[in-house]
Amino acid sequence: MPWWLPAALALTVVAAVVGGALLALGLAAPGFDFVGNLADAYLWRVVWFTVLQATLSTLLSVALAVPVARAMARRRFPGRGLLLRLFSLSLVIPTIVAIFGIAAVHGRTGWVNDALAFLGLGRADYLYGLTGILIAHVFFNMPIAARILLQAVEAVPPETWRVASQFGLKSRDLFRLIEWPAMRTVLPGAAGLVFMLCFTSFAVVLTLGGGPKATTLEVAVYQALRFDFDLGRAVTLALVQLLLCSVIVTAVLRLAVPSTTALTEGRIYERPDTGGRIGIAVDALALLVTIGLVVLPLAAVAVAGFNPTAAEVLTRATLWRATGQSLVIALSAASLALLLGGAILVTSRILRHRLARAGAAGRLELSASLILVVPPFVLATGLFVLLRPVADVFALGMPLVILVNALMALPFVVRFLGGPMMEEAQRHDRLCQSLGIAGWNRLRLIEWPGLRRPVGLALAVAATLSLGDLGVVALFGSQDFATLPLLLYRAMGGFRMSEAAVIAALLSLLCLVLFLVIEGGLGGLRRRDNV
Amino acid sequence: MSDRSMLQVEGLTFRYEDMQMVFDLTLARGQCLAVLGPSGAGKSTLLSLIAGFEKPLSGRVLVAGEDVTQRKPADRPVTSLFQEHNLFAHLTVEQNVGLGLDPGLRLDAAQRHAVAGELARVGLEGLEKRRPAQLSGGQRQRVALARSLVRDKPLLLLDEPFSALDPGLRLEMLDLLRQLQAERNLTVVMVSHNPQDARRIAGETAFVCDGRIVAAGPTEALLAAREPAALRAFLGPEAG
Repeated sequence: MPWWLPAALALTVVAAVVGGALLALGLAAPGFDFVGNLADAYLWRVVWFTVLQATLSTLLSVALAVPVARAMARRRFPGRGLLLRLFSLSLVIPTIVAIFGIAAVHGRTGWVNDALAFLGLGRADYLYGLTGILIAHVFFNMPIAARILLQAVEAVPPETWRVASQFGLKSRDLFRLIEWPAMRTVLPGAAGLVFMLCFTSFAVVLTLGGGPKATTLEVAVYQALRFDFDLGRAVTLALVQLLLCSVIVTAVLRLAVPSTTALTEGRIYERPDTGGRIGIAVDALALLVTIGLVVLPLAAVAVAGFNPTAAEVLTRATLWRATGQSLVIALSAASLALLLGGAILVTSRILRHRLARAGAAGRLELSASLILVVPPFVLATGLFVLLRPVADVFALGMPLVILVNALMALPFVVRFLGGPMMEEAQRHDRLCQSLGIAGWNRLRLIEWPGLRRPVGLALAVAATLSLGDLGVVALFGSQDFATLPLLLYRAMGGFRMSEAAVIAALLSLLCLVLFLVIEGGLGGLRRRDNV
Repeated sequence: MSDRSMLQVEGLTFRYEDMQMVFDLTLARGQCLAVLGPSGAGKSTLLSLIAGFEKPLSGRVLVAGEDVTQRKPADRPVTSLFQEHNLFAHLTVEQNVGLGLDPGLRLDAAQRHAVAGELARVGLEGLEKRRPAQLSGGQRQRVALARSLVRDKPLLLLDEPFSALDPGLRLEMLDLLRQLQAERNLTVVMVSHNPQDARRIAGETAFVCDGRIVAAGPTEALLAAREPAALRAFLGPEAG
């Protein structure tokens, strides 16, 4: 097999799906008037709100992430490791489950309102609308930003702290002279990433937006298709979304997001500024806010799951059919993503290591992230338009969801697998070449033992993401086709909260089990290889 | 061009970043050549070109009179030993050596016997089931040597193979290499930055500087002549 073939095949699949969808969008709807539609005031209201909520979410997430990262960097406290682990998991916690948790804490009958009522202050409605969107976006993105900042601070050489102690720098000076410069290098990238995630956020805005006033482009596309069946408007919205996303992604890539993705716990160095009372108070406050915002909703999911309706909900046939369909989608999408990502990396590795063309290899790997520019809903819209004349789109629901989910997981597979695969080549490529170990032999004897762990992790992340995703399935879902996240969304939409609680708990448990089974099963239990 | 020559490198050119390299070299069967030179001079590149890991811009490599320039590394009558990463950490000593006989590791009884024999020859009898992490640095290089032996290729290329070892161990390994070379009539090219290595085992030495072989000849004569200036600078001031 020629070295370029694997990536060529993988990219053909990606390009055919993305290109086909975009082409269909471009040619969509007879008499479609893009410029005319642009004059629509509704469109600009939606764009304005999309930008507004993304900007506010980014500012809040990053502003909170700075003190949290600082507190995590200089304090040891019981539960610190757990909190870090939680931070790195915020990526794979199903969005809709977290939203349920947030509703259980902040909703009209939630914990906060219960507390207010107990204190005789009456109940407050603040969850639905901009406030709720911001709460949820901070829940998801503050941990991401905090982890990036924490990594930057922990990358400061330990000698720096020794020198700082020697010269008696105060806490404020340490921040100004050491921590802030370290954070500042990664801050634009982190902020760009968070902005991008909030800009294209779907499930949060759909469930917590609470009305036409708080609608983003992504949700507006969905509504135009699903409820109004206004193809022209959907296409206009999708194209506007695509244009804006391209601009944002280009900007984010310029800002260079740090590529470290280690799911490990950082070290702590002896620092001279752990004694001050004000410092302790500030750090404690930051951590308390974190617990309130990030930990409480997750606790609420666990607590609410045990309720009297559990037995009844858990015996429904629809629930188990959705569970089965969710698992099929998750496993298929993850395997497809692994296949595509592996193929791209096999080729990019040869470019990098044998042909000394690192630039080309980097661009090839980046092409796997194409889905970031073409948000899943734009893609789904395109596929919807493309396939509508030739097939019953709702009958094709499952394969389409699998395809889109696989493309969404592809950037993660490339990120998690890329580093280990390049490292493996650095160590063994010449040896394999010199001994003539190639193809199946190389895969079986050399690559698999060395890469099974990152492969397990990549597959586990991809499957868990897909299992918990409430995205394009909302568009294709029907009487016969539903996933657990969709059932949960429907239950919440109908304010059947105790039913929602059971589904949320089941979905979380399933995600956890799936993650551990794949990671442990493929990655192998910790074998004592290097004795 | 005598048919006794095992290795001929003819006008081999290569470009690495800003450095333009040109190599010409002839080595007779059963000879041992040391390639000396400062870091970044192109010593390892020369070895990579002979082994086939790098593709030259022009020129030819002939091994035993046959043009191998277009062949893949595994198809050349050559075996390589690197400074590190010679072994697969997850495979046993036996498996690591066995890969030299069959890249799919499906060995018959005769092949397993050959593996055990060569392991005994390099002094590793009874360590067949160990993994590389359970061996010392010297033992690991012995495993790699055993694998070179089972591959039974006439030309052995070594890239700083013992530089990471303690001085005594290094001399021990060099002596083992010299014995094996004589026993099997191997032709050896060894890259090193240490003139002592050359004195210990190599009859011939080539001095590489700025991508060219600027001096070559019998080792003792070359090191005594201290010419040209680049070689003098490389060797440092003469011992008093």
